[in-house]
Amino acid sequence: MLNKNIYLILIISLVFAISFWIGFNVNLLPAEASINAPIYDELFKILFIIGLIIFIGMTIAVIYSLFKFRKRNDQIGDGIALEGNLSLEIVWTIIPSIIVLLIGLYSYNIYDRMGGMKELNHNHEMMSSNTEKIWAGISQTSDNEIAINNLSIEVSAMQFAFLFNYPKGNFISGELHVPVDQKVSMKMESKDVIHAFWVPEFRIKQDIIPGQPTILNFTPTKVGKYPIICAELCGPYHGGMRASIIVEEESDYNEWFNKNKKPEVNL
Amino acid sequence: MTISIDPQKTNNESLQPKGWVRYFSFSLDHKVIGIQYLVCGFLFYLIGGTLASAIRIELASPMSDFMPRDVYNQVLTLHGTIMIFLWIVPVVNGAFGNYLIPFYVGARDMAFPRLNAVAFWLIPPSGLMLVASYFVEGAAQAGWTAYPPLSITTPQSGQIIWILSVLLLGGSSIFGGINFIATIIKLRRPGLKLMQLPMYCWAMLGTSLLVVLSTPVLAGTLILLSFDIIANTGFFNPVLGGNVVVYQHLFWFYSHPAVYIMVLPAFGLVSEILPVHARKPLFGYTTMVFSIMGIVVLGLVVWAHHMFTSGTPPWMRLFFTIATAFIAVPTGIKFFNWVATLWGGKISINSAMLFSCGFIINFVFGGITGVALAQVPFDIHVHDTYFVVAHFHYIVYGGTVFIIFSSIYHWFPKVTGKMLNEKLGILHFVITFIGFNLCFAPQHWLGLNGMPRRVAEYDPQFQFVNQISSLGALLMAISTIPFLINVFLSVRNGKDAGDNPWNALTPEWLTSSPPPVENWQGEAPLVEEPYGYGKEISEQK
Repeated sequence: MLNKNIYLILIISLVFAISFWIGFNVNLLPAEASINAPIYDELFKILFIIGLIIFIGMTIAVIYSLFKFRKRNDQIGDGIALEGNLSLEIVWTIIPSIIVLLIGLYSYNIYDRMGGMKELNHNHEMMSSNTEKIWAGISQTSDNEIAINNLSIEVSAMQFAFLFNYPKGNFISGELHVPVDQKVSMKMESKDVIHAFWVPEFRIKQDIIPGQPTILNFTPTKVGKYPIICAELCGPYHGGMRASIIVEEESDYNEWFNKNKKPEVNL
Repeated sequence: MTISIDPQKTNNESLQPKGWVRYFSFSLDHKVIGIQYLVCGFLFYLIGGTLASAIRIELASPMSDFMPRDVYNQVLTLHGTIMIFLWIVPVVNGAFGNYLIPFYVGARDMAFPRLNAVAFWLIPPSGLMLVASYFVEGAAQAGWTAYPPLSITTPQSGQIIWILSVLLLGGSSIFGGINFIATIIKLRRPGLKLMQLPMYCWAMLGTSLLVVLSTPVLAGTLILLSFDIIANTGFFNPVLGGNVVVYQHLFWFYSHPAVYIMVLPAFGLVSEILPVHARKPLFGYTTMVFSIMGIVVLGLVVWAHHMFTSGTPPWMRLFFTIATAFIAVPTGIKFFNWVATLWGGKISINSAMLFSCGFIINFVFGGITGVALAQVPFDIHVHDTYFVVAHFHYIVYGGTVFIIFSSIYHWFPKVTGKMLNEKLGILHFVITFIGFNLCFAPQHWLGLNGMPRRVAEYDPQFQFVNQISSLGALLMAISTIPFLINVFLSVRNGKDAGDNPWNALTPEWLTSSPPPVENWQGEAPLVEEPYGYGKEISEQK
């Protein structure tokens, strides 16, 4: 009996060790290029490790049962008439409940750090009147910062392109240029069907809905060119509906901005 | 209600067609209807599988070069709709439910045999109509979710035929659900208590409650959508002041429970198969019953987890995260119970057992990615990507379809009186299991790294992984060949099975194989312990 328990403990520790090793050493995610990305990857790593432990454990249990308890040729009759075990069943109800609850609380914490729990209506006085209803989005900024920031961009999506309007510069661009390490605030609206704005390297996605503006705020952290991908079926050319986001040093961004800026027209 | 219970009056064998002709008739026999569901469903599975192959061929190269882009969207819409509404739902509910439930409750037929036949005969015409819509003006191309405004702006005839077809199939499903509830509650033979029913009855009771509660919501939603399309109303059309997010709420109020409508019956079936081949009682019967009912209740309040990136306020995202993640608890209980059922048994390693164990492994994997997807911050990155495609194929293919095959290997001797060939069966399992995992496991990586779903073209950096996935799909297509050969050979020349080849204790095995029209020659037996392995045998012998 003691011998059996030692084997069990050995196997369980091995499963944990393998899961942790894979969790820390196998990277399944693209580059991290916004402040959301490391937060997301932290959650991913935890879920990946817990998932691996459960999956490897269950798979071993099933395959082991098939080998160990397979019917040999000389065997007749049935297995043991075991109909249940209340304490065991209570254990495997309570432990998963606790795990699920902890994961839920932890992901709430992650979501809060990503800015998902911020009230959305407060911080958009610059772009929308207070009466306009802003629907969901992620707003990773404190309340008043965006209002003063001139990185407010209006995104309009249509079959099959994104257009980025820089109200401060009074121009529209097909490429999204943003300076590195600064908060960007976008108000998005669709001209026809539902689209979605997704930058895999930023770990953010938000649907762009006709008739209901949504907002999305993010802070890029790494200079480079990343794809913007439409992630909601929007018609035949859905797969081709892509744009680029170019994250650049502030001086490069200002140069680009001033080149495209149109003078204010006084009517 | 008593139409077919009285053997002298109605179910007179001379009035019903005999032989293979009865499968093309308006038969009232629940066994015939069950087989009609199964064969009809399998034919649509072949059509849906052909469409899936077309998708994988298109995705073997990054450019959209195999078919026109709008045809690709029609193909993926038809693939989803056919696999859900014409293969999985009718087969795990209609086919096995009709064949098994009357045996399990000790009845001679379903509670409403005519309604039962109507429910089946709605399926072939609506399915054919759906497929034929391709030849009219092109089939629907807004995905099986048919989100407006896309579904309003794409060619109308295809979308309207799609709506009509799904409405009829939904009606069929509701008729079936009412019939199962009535049969399980009211037609039990005297002396048979609810807590003595085989687990599949409980699964079907739970599933039918979901069907009856949620399918009418889908029907209502689709009728409103069809008004928007035909009559220019503005329920969901933003140009006329409609709200597109409301459609998503209504749609997922049905379509998330639909996942449980596809999966709960499979949970029931595997609970019948494992004890027989492991020669052990089902572990934790009572907790299994409560976990089914727990899944039913929770399944109704999780729909908005499909909408974490649409217009949903933060509090709603949080509530649905917790509710969704908690489904893992009753589901987990069932999986632990099944492994405990295997533990200490005398397991026959045969095709039915292998497919059931494949189901456990695949479903645990799909369940784990499901708990991850329930977390809002996790979902925001992978929503509408190939990660989600991989996840739900692990649930509905790796889970339910594996159990459909397992059930076919298990109950084929019951239906035909012949055994299926085990060697071909194991070959079928091996190719399916490898092909399935090769096809869908890499898609998790694709989704995480930036490939959205429902695209005909993609970033060339994903080509290699997509080709692995397509290779897996090819294996899955090949795997149906040994299965079909096996079925056709065994129906004619299979080894005689006898009445009860597995020495099973559930009631359907306590009659001849194939069973007589009236199910039993005399009275239906009272089976108080359908899983009494280990004790019954010692008493009998």
